Amino acid sequence: MNAFVCPAPIAVQDTVLLGHGSGGKLSAALLQQIFLPAFHNPLLSRLEDQAVLDVERGRLAFTTDSFVVKPLFFPGGDIGSLAVHGTVNDLAMGGAQPLALSAAFILEEGFSLADLRRVVDSMARAAENVGVPIVTGDTKVVERGCGDGVFINTTGLGVVAAGVDLSAANARPGDCVILSGSLGDHGITILTRRQGLELEGAIESDSAPLHTLVAAILAAAGDVRVMRDPTRGGLASTLNEIAVQSHAGIAIRETALPIHDGVRGACEVLGLDPLYVANEGKLVAIVPAASAEAVLAAMRRHPLGAEAAIIGEVVGRHPGLVTMHTPFGTTRIVDMLAGDQLPRIC
Amino acid sequence: MCLAIPGKVVEATDLGFTRIAKVQFGGVTRQVSLDFVPETQIGDYVLVHVGFAISRLSPEEAERTYELLRQIQEADEIAPEEPL
Amino acid sequence: MKYLDEYRDADITHALAARIRARATKPWVLMEICGGQTHTLMRYGLPDLLPPEIELVHGPGCPVCVAPLEFVDRAIEIASRPGVIFVSYGDMLRVPGSRQDLFRVRAAGGDVRIAYSPLEAVKLAQEYPTRQVVFFGIGFETTAPANAMAVWHAKRLGLTNFSMLVSHVLVPPAVRLLLGSPANRVQGFIAPGHVCTVMAHREYEALSAEFHVPIVVGGFEPVDLLEAIAMLVDQLEDGRAQLENQYSRSVTRDGNVAAQKLMEEVFEITDRKWRGIGMIPASGHRLREEYAAYDAERIFGAQEIHVEEPAECISALVLQGLKKPVDCTAFGTRCTPEQPLGAPMVSSEGACAAYYAYRRHTASEAAQ
Repeated sequence: MNAFVCPAPIAVQDTVLLGHGSGGKLSAALLQQIFLPAFHNPLLSRLEDQAVLDVERGRLAFTTDSFVVKPLFFPGGDIGSLAVHGTVNDLAMGGAQPLALSAAFILEEGFSLADLRRVVDSMARAAENVGVPIVTGDTKVVERGCGDGVFINTTGLGVVAAGVDLSAANARPGDCVILSGSLGDHGITILTRRQGLELEGAIESDSAPLHTLVAAILAAAGDVRVMRDPTRGGLASTLNEIAVQSHAGIAIRETALPIHDGVRGACEVLGLDPLYVANEGKLVAIVPAASAEAVLAAMRRHPLGAEAAIIGEVVGRHPGLVTMHTPFGTTRIVDMLAGDQLPRIC
Repeated sequence: MCLAIPGKVVEATDLGFTRIAKVQFGGVTRQVSLDFVPETQIGDYVLVHVGFAISRLSPEEAERTYELLRQIQEADEIAPEEPL
Repeated sequence: MKYLDEYRDADITHALAARIRARATKPWVLMEICGGQTHTLMRYGLPDLLPPEIELVHGPGCPVCVAPLEFVDRAIEIASRPGVIFVSYGDMLRVPGSRQDLFRVRAAGGDVRIAYSPLEAVKLAQEYPTRQVVFFGIGFETTAPANAMAVWHAKRLGLTNFSMLVSHVLVPPAVRLLLGSPANRVQGFIAPGHVCTVMAHREYEALSAEFHVPIVVGGFEPVDLLEAIAMLVDQLEDGRAQLENQYSRSVTRDGNVAAQKLMEEVFEITDRKWRGIGMIPASGHRLREEYAAYDAERIFGAQEIHVEEPAECISALVLQGLKKPVDCTAFGTRCTPEQPLGAPMVSSEGACAAYYAYRRHTASEAAQ
């Protein structure tokens, strides 16, 4: 006769189980085996329900973002590093140096633990590189079919130095519009990795933290008006938002836009306009004309701004609209997109 | 209608019932069917629409007609009109 | 990119514009038939380079815009069925049917997927043998061969779970309709260069001769279009009416014979109702009897579909070049890319969408 075998969960699994999200032993195991070793810092190790931070007096920047990118792993990054960079960048666009991040995971039952470890390790490396600790977090598990592998939310706190006042409403006619580098790298990388759109080429995501580039810009000029990172919806959407909030027009020049060959070729083949393709390691800075040279020089000295270029200016005409001067000397509107840009055959 | 982009054939494979090529468009390459342009050689340029090559671009024709365009441009430079 | 960058040369484009300005002594109304050509014109602001004598009207060469409403509704109906994987080119996803669009069907739980090539749909059918894979075959003669090839491969593979909803339309019958209309103002046409790459330009030669109208087969880049316009203006000023081929680097005398043969093998010509225009005889394709097993129209039943277009939409007049998008009372207000009343506002190369996206600032300036 066989001995009675206790049906307690076995210690070794290779996929996420519902129990991992229920706050019990499995959850604790996940924390101890995957999250804590990766994100190790004194605050997180306390494992309180909240992280308590000492902050200087002044203004705190506070932002949140969720990441649902598919595929999870792509040339130039993955959902983990993206989740760190994206939130660090949202803080940076307000001139904030990152103080701390939180990380919340929604895992799908059946998701590979090896993949989870890969994502988490990548997040840890990205956070370490930035010098920002992940001080608190959460994990939930949803039933198979109700998630997409993993969704990540990161929330960030940052400190804004005195005198820094960046806002999309600040642009004024006469200001220069400066772009930090090439357009479309991230969006095209993601799109080409999806099934059916296999395109080979030296294209990779530009996912990167922009906080030191921002610091260099703010050191070069005290009167920077706006900084924004053109993520979803691309440069076109970002410039339109600024034009609307500032009640000003923005005029850019097509020949000034830096676009790499791979992105260009992919956009031609798929019928996409690079102006609407997402970027994850670029920023637009709007500065008074007198400060433009200094800011441009500072950007070009920084590794993430080597291809920085002045792409246009803020104008008094057509407030709320963005226009582009074409290589033929004509002008056309750069509109907001209705929805996602889709590959077209026509 | 009919977004068709020119690309260079860099590889070609005969699979019996179909012929597939690797075509280069600027900085990217893509799999393209050569079923409609069976005479295509490596190094040819083809026009690609929805994953199929629909024509081989004629370098001779392109050269000839571009020469005419160059002449028009030169004539314009010699006797330019008022700028717009 | 070779064969692309040279045809975007600004100096050559300006030289051609100068030539057009020098030659045009009278007003001329020209039409570019193909939506892709419309897109290039709008995107680069090329009409601004032309002298005021030249009026460009935009033709019905947008297969997304003219895909029969009945077929859009049928596509939506099929895509909503459980067990169906509905595959479509990206262009069609936001085209409004009588009541909704494919995007909304996906949001409601339908399995709607975008394909760049019809062969991806065939692959899906092989991958999911228990699901019905249906491909939405829209397009003009440029796309028909690729769609035909998908059906041909499906038959070769003996697939029993693949079908195509064929709603191709053919360009020459639409041009014939335009030319035959008493309201027609168009005096010269730019024929679609990629359609002619497949079909040759025989049909346009016949139209040019029958209606005594100059037709130039044109490409899709700024230099191509300006050159085609220059050739048309030359003909009109000289009093000639011929077929000329500007896009000779791709369009040959015989066209693509292999593609024509395959289309002939798989499709037969049928009457089609063009959205916004109406019935045009012998202007579309349907699958031949031998391919009936792959015909989604036959498989999914010919139920009565009750179609309705919003009353305010004047796409019929826009598609025939009789009105400009800005003449529409709903343009930019009740009809926008976010809330389109008709198909030309949805497709990126529909005249209304092109005007809205690229040129509505000039429209509002003109209004002031």
